[in-house]
Amino acid sequence: MSAKAINAKEGAVDSAGMNYLVSLPRKVVTVYVPLAVFLIVLLFPFYWMVITTFKPNEELLTREGNPFWVVNPTLAHINKLLFETSYPEWIWNTMLVAVVSTFISITCSLFAAYAIERLRFSGSRYVGMSVFLAYLVPPSILFIPLAQVVFQLGIFDTRLALILTYPTFLIPFCTWLLMGYFRSIPYELEECALIDGASRWQILVKIILPLAVPGLISAGIFAFTLSWNEFIYALTFISSSEVKTVPVGVVTELVEGDVYHWGSLMAGALLGSLPVAILYSFFVEYYVSGMTGAVKE
Amino acid sequence: MNALLQRVQGNRNALGLLFMVPAAVVLLLFLTYPLGLGVWLGFTDTKVGRGGEWIGLENYVYLWDDSVTRLSVFNTFFYTIVASIFKFILGLWLALLLNKHLPFKAFIRAIVLLPWIVPTALSAIAFWWIYDAQFSIISWSLGRLGLIDEYINFLGDPWLARFSTIAANIWRGVPFVAICLLAGLQTISPSFYEAASIDGATPWQQFRYVTLPLLTPIIAVVMTFSVLFTFTDFQLIYVLTRGGPLNATHLMATLSFQRAIPGGALGEGAALAVAMVPFLLAAIMFSYFGLQRRAWQQGASDK
Repeated sequence: MSAKAINAKEGAVDSAGMNYLVSLPRKVVTVYVPLAVFLIVLLFPFYWMVITTFKPNEELLTREGNPFWVVNPTLAHINKLLFETSYPEWIWNTMLVAVVSTFISITCSLFAAYAIERLRFSGSRYVGMSVFLAYLVPPSILFIPLAQVVFQLGIFDTRLALILTYPTFLIPFCTWLLMGYFRSIPYELEECALIDGASRWQILVKIILPLAVPGLISAGIFAFTLSWNEFIYALTFISSSEVKTVPVGVVTELVEGDVYHWGSLMAGALLGSLPVAILYSFFVEYYVSGMTGAVKE
Repeated sequence: MNALLQRVQGNRNALGLLFMVPAAVVLLLFLTYPLGLGVWLGFTDTKVGRGGEWIGLENYVYLWDDSVTRLSVFNTFFYTIVASIFKFILGLWLALLLNKHLPFKAFIRAIVLLPWIVPTALSAIAFWWIYDAQFSIISWSLGRLGLIDEYINFLGDPWLARFSTIAANIWRGVPFVAICLLAGLQTISPSFYEAASIDGATPWQQFRYVTLPLLTPIIAVVMTFSVLFTFTDFQLIYVLTRGGPLNATHLMATLSFQRAIPGGALGEGAALAVAMVPFLLAAIMFSYFGLQRRAWQQGASDK
């Protein structure tokens, strides 16, 4: 792991090494033009969300004029969304469910990862393997039986149903991520502490936990994003409008009959994407390390 | 009590099991048990609000003869294979571009990942509007360029709908593949490229004989994940087409939802969901054994 990191650093410094061999016009054609096309295609839907959000209906539902720009921007769609639908409640539900389930998952995962990676109890290797396999179980094969379980527990159509079921995909993911993180913390630190008479609990709280903070942040923001974006469980287990989450609410409640209110639909999509986008912009590096860390090994 | 606590703390097996309890309780109750329950439901005729009887393989026999199910299996494979191929090619290309020396590199890398970060259900709504039959921006642009005379009904025609949903899936998946492969590319030492260019290797040869072999292990993992996500995809189809037109875009996941939740046939839906498992296992095994061979070839010790 550490050798790889050093390699990557050297690579970053050296990558300019042979660049003088490539002439500028050549670089424009082979690098900048394709990259620009990629960026335009990848970002266009977001641009389109923003433009549509602020477009009045007369401009939306016409083929005249230039659709790429908005002549008379309006806040009517956002206004409708915030004051005439349950959108604020959906935001609150999503926030609550995401924060609580993330917190539960991180706590469970921290102990599990420490036990698997550091305590190395007998059978820990198999437990580690099964955590990885659990991570590969997709929600779309679990939701039907889970709906029955949720129903039997009497928590159908409540936020609690989501808070308790989201950890099924968050815990395996976070545990796997933190296991990789703990592996990079040297054993010697723990051994020193053991010799000095620290208990396992003290080691975990005073040595491992402070060192694992970046890993915990990675796991935390990733878990938050995954629960914010979750769709199929929320669609299946929730039926009352006031306990829906943002993705489900926008998809199921804002479409009324055959008339699509594109303005407020796009406003809903935009506002629902903003929290994760903002969180992401603050923690880009943690996201990338979390994502690539989970895929590696 | 205190003595007991001391003993537990000293014994790594006892302490290990104690630390595993919270995670294990949640996962056993909400993951392992439902997984088993799902398999059992597949063998029953359970309906919503009514416990089922054991009916053996009847669900599977019915699904085997059901033309909609067969179509959904075909769709799932078509969707997965086409989307994965494009995600791999475009993702690798984007990763190679991002690995070049660029101005604002960190910023570009950050915004590239955006499609993957935002909720799929919400970006799918944006695509729904982009694909709108009457006011599609794509149709408008093509019309202005004089390429088409009438607006394209993206989600109304079976094959067009298939390709439109695949395009949206590729849009979402490319950033994931690209950023993961970029992490792999950055671990390749530049001295390999220097050595290769001294030996007179062309850029293509450098890519083919240096980059690709060194990247293969991470490609295998990333593509396994990508295939798993695509094969079990639900949100995108549900939002864009709900399986229509004429079930042309129904995937196994959306069909099992359709049958089980609005349709109420929990047993049948569960059977359909369980039918996805062998394919998923095959994909995982394929990548697992492929990886082991690679690790061994590169001189890794037996773990």
